[in-house]
Amino acid sequence: MSMADLRPTAYLNARLVDPDSGYDGPGALIVAEGVIADVAHRPCLEGLSADVAIVDCEGRALIPGLIDIRVKTGEPGAEPKETLKSASRAAAAGGVASIVIQPDTDPAVDEPAVLDFILRRARDIELVHVHAAGAATRGLKGVNMAELGLMAEAGALYFTDVDHAVADSKVFRRVLSYARAFGRPVAHRPADPYLTVGAVATEGELAGRLGLPSAPAIAERIMLERDLALAQLTGARLIVDQITTADALESLARARALGADVVATASINHLSFNEVDIGDYRTFCRLDPPLRAEADRQALIEAVASGLVKVITSAHTPAPAEDKRLPFSEAAAGAVGLETLLPALLTLHHEGRCPLIDLIRAVTLAPAELLGLPGGRLKRGAPADVTLCDLDAPLVIDAAKLLSKSKNSPFDGRRLQGRVLATVVDGRAIYRADD
Amino acid sequence: MPTPEKNDPPDIEGLVRERMFALSGRHFISVASLNRPEAERLLDLADAFVSLSRAREKKLTLLRGRTLVNLFFESSTRTQSSFEIAAKRLGADTVNMSPRTSSVTKGETLIDTAVTLNAMKPDLLVVRHSASGAASLLSQKVGCSVINAGDGWHEHPTQALLDALTLRRAFGSVEGLVVAICGDVLHSRVARSNVGLLQMLGARVRLVGPPTLMPAGADQWGAEVFHDMRAGITGVDVVMMLRLQLERMDGAFVPSTREYFRFFGLDAEKLSLAKPHVRVMHPGPMNRGVEIESGVADDLDVSLIQQQVEMGVAARMAVLATLAAQLDEPSLSNSGA
Repeated sequence: MSMADLRPTAYLNARLVDPDSGYDGPGALIVAEGVIADVAHRPCLEGLSADVAIVDCEGRALIPGLIDIRVKTGEPGAEPKETLKSASRAAAAGGVASIVIQPDTDPAVDEPAVLDFILRRARDIELVHVHAAGAATRGLKGVNMAELGLMAEAGALYFTDVDHAVADSKVFRRVLSYARAFGRPVAHRPADPYLTVGAVATEGELAGRLGLPSAPAIAERIMLERDLALAQLTGARLIVDQITTADALESLARARALGADVVATASINHLSFNEVDIGDYRTFCRLDPPLRAEADRQALIEAVASGLVKVITSAHTPAPAEDKRLPFSEAAAGAVGLETLLPALLTLHHEGRCPLIDLIRAVTLAPAELLGLPGGRLKRGAPADVTLCDLDAPLVIDAAKLLSKSKNSPFDGRRLQGRVLATVVDGRAIYRADD
Repeated sequence: MPTPEKNDPPDIEGLVRERMFALSGRHFISVASLNRPEAERLLDLADAFVSLSRAREKKLTLLRGRTLVNLFFESSTRTQSSFEIAAKRLGADTVNMSPRTSSVTKGETLIDTAVTLNAMKPDLLVVRHSASGAASLLSQKVGCSVINAGDGWHEHPTQALLDALTLRRAFGSVEGLVVAICGDVLHSRVARSNVGLLQMLGARVRLVGPPTLMPAGADQWGAEVFHDMRAGITGVDVVMMLRLQLERMDGAFVPSTREYFRFFGLDAEKLSLAKPHVRVMHPGPMNRGVEIESGVADDLDVSLIQQQVEMGVAARMAVLATLAAQLDEPSLSNSGA
């Protein structure tokens, strides 16, 4: 292994931001044999042996490598959209050290062989850590349970039918209680499937004026209330996938106050955009769940700041131009996000909405704790997954330059503040901005 | 605007020339792209085209050498022939395409079709499509002028223009009229375009329909919303009925046809609540006995439905001529009202 040949490296003169220790200040890190060998809360280290490579961070921020738990690729089944390799390169460029692949591939990841295929393919790429989630039901059809136990054994970190609702409460109850026996959480995106059928926008004045089929925002809370009740009934650990509305956040707060074992995620898109961004039918802003009212976006930011929403994801969903260059209601839903996740988060921070360390926690330590991963922290013995970034550098996103095979970024042309300079995974520098 | 004396031989061409102008935008997608002076000028010009259409010699050369393509992804005999006649009266060459039955079924996308057509260098592209925003999308990908002939539930701006023309000729002015737009507002592009244009021209608009067929937020469009048709048409000058698609009636949005007619169909009894001089409009095609009683639709003292069809040609001629003028001389568009 090349890793063993790597010289130990000292990252000096950095600003460490570590949600695990709560430390945000001057510091230095030593990385050796793929793990963090030492952490110091002062910029310089004395008495380093001559064989240690020195990296002067020049005061830039060193944060744990990001962990993105909701990433779609097109492999297997739709490789022109995105492969595991192209997604891994995009992740590296975005400072993301670990990704969790969603099971809605073709064939779906509803049995261990497909899961194994993805993990083996990913191992050969040797860039970021690639993990996978398994389907909750066979073929994501919401009828029969998938092989949850065998997939857990093969490495599935959690179970989800991704964008498909498990409408049948009996089926979802069984999935929750069965998954619990294998110690895996179940994610479900709350959306009443009947209220939302055919909808491409959030019901309201704007969608009405644009003449777009829409569903009321309350469809989210309706399904969430069911999910929370079933989680309580089964004692299972529920991941509320992509919460977006103020109403649903209130339900979540009530359930958490009662001690429910539930963790909610938010996508960076719903934190950064509102329904008005659809504008003149911009299909890059056609998302699922659809963009919400500004009041919902503000409530979501508030919920991240208060810790009610613990995890932020990119909701990376590649869609090629031919699937997006269509009338709005016929265009594919979703946006790529691996490369814009961190800059968009840092932009939220600069807007003064949320302390830096809390935003960083939502993409590092929180997902690590949720899924039992060793990364996400700057701690002696943890994997040497670190991201060097310039917290202040301005940049304009040019979708054409993204490394993802699909360029469907709603951030195209947007000015963001905060740039990834280098990404280190297992002690190896896998990305440098100057490359 | 001076109009010729009744006994003079009308110089229609001179009148048209006098009233010609160039539209400020390259496309005609939404009534929101108009301002009031521009809308009034379009109606003035359309008035002249009405005279032309009623004359023995109906043909002008304003669009000579221009090619107009009717690209109808949804079939509509009425609108398509209206555009075709309008273009021909202005001297354009016209081609009709219905891609539902040709390339689109072979997997060609809307944009592929448009780009292919664009390469044949048409000057004016009239588009109807079942998806909201389709005309806007096309306009971003082609070099010619795009005219929206209906995109999903979004807009049908030439319909609003012809309705305004019909009303102006019937009442003298749109300003101050109270207009009730009744029926399936949710799925109606006609309603959305009319709300925008009629309000711009100074009318007071009411929207009348069952809650299941009223878009969320319609009360924020500047119109008053009624779910009781009797209340909604009491004291109005104009009742504009909308077509209700039959497949929306069988328990999906309303319980049944007969229940719909009972509460939201226009009959003489309900109409008696409006002002005595009330006029009735319908964009067609009508479902007689569902949204409108035949007696009302065919009462020539009340119904403007036939006039609407006639005004359709004139209003579309005005749009085509002013767009072509913009193509000829884009700088004209800055000359103002």
